[in-house]
Amino acid sequence: MYTTDQYEGMIAETITINGTNGDAINTYFARPLGAGPFPAVVLAHHLPGWDELYREFTRRLAHHGYLAISPDLYCREAHGTPEDVAAAVRADGGVSDDQVMGDLEAAAKYVRSLPSSNGKVAAFGTCSGGRHVFLAGCKLNCFDAIVECWGGNVIMSDDQLTDKQPVSPNSYTNDLNVPLLGLFGDLDQSPTPEQVNQHEKELKAAGKNIEFHRYPEAGHGFFYFDRPIYHQSSAVDGWDKMFKFLGKQLG
Amino acid sequence: MCTMICERAEMEGSARGREGWFPLEMANVSYDHPFNAPWEYGVNIDFVNQSQGVGSRVAVELSPESAKRLADTIIEALKKGEADPQIKVSVL
Repeated sequence: MYTTDQYEGMIAETITINGTNGDAINTYFARPLGAGPFPAVVLAHHLPGWDELYREFTRRLAHHGYLAISPDLYCREAHGTPEDVAAAVRADGGVSDDQVMGDLEAAAKYVRSLPSSNGKVAAFGTCSGGRHVFLAGCKLNCFDAIVECWGGNVIMSDDQLTDKQPVSPNSYTNDLNVPLLGLFGDLDQSPTPEQVNQHEKELKAAGKNIEFHRYPEAGHGFFYFDRPIYHQSSAVDGWDKMFKFLGKQLG
Repeated sequence: MCTMICERAEMEGSARGREGWFPLEMANVSYDHPFNAPWEYGVNIDFVNQSQGVGSRVAVELSPESAKRLADTIIEALKKGEADPQIKVSVL
């Protein structure tokens, strides 16, 4: 925990990195001032897009001492208000899992390459972003820890699979190669408590290093302070557990 | 995307967006997280003309019950209009 007598500062700005296929994608990057070395977190934004909430999450992580980087996973679709862009992406069936993996990997490589990096990088995501970071922990080798918050559609039925999301993420459970923190609300409808139980059971059966926490009074998106679904005590505890987990895994 | 449920239908007509009226191309109807309505899931209808950019969008976010009432109301109005012999739809 920081104290009132310490120096603090950060830079938060939009930069461009080269994502999947070398495509230039806008990226929000918030970092503490100073030489570091700092651990890093890549943020995979949620269904409503690369929005103000995710900018605040990014700055919050920087405030806590992380190089925090949030690529616009919808950058190729269009530019406009986050809602208009996300609505277009939603109508188009989302973005492809392979494309998102490439973008998250590019963000991880970028922050790790900085002289202020301590070499450790986690991935954090909520909602569809939670699904994406679980996939990243299984399919990529560039992360040291994963924070999956209420990932929807981690468990997909065959009729939910599409060309863009061709495989149910839980099929890759055996490939998870880093510790994972999972935060879930028992009142959530996607994932349902039954799906969370199955997800945890599969991870434990595969011998993975996981830490799951369930919040009985929380639903989907309980970190979202701009929505009625925000649940104060669950959110405060969830952030606390997340910072403890990141501190332990990233040094 | 959490539910990935989105149905699309081509549209003829006009919609009034933030820049004024624009010709309609498509209606996208999703059952997913709304941006503004207070519930976790809802029926989100976007009237769009993507060829004019993603900002050419008129959005409504409805509860499932409201969406059903809207669908029934549209059907009812259509029935009455199409049954009226004095009304002839002109297509330019």
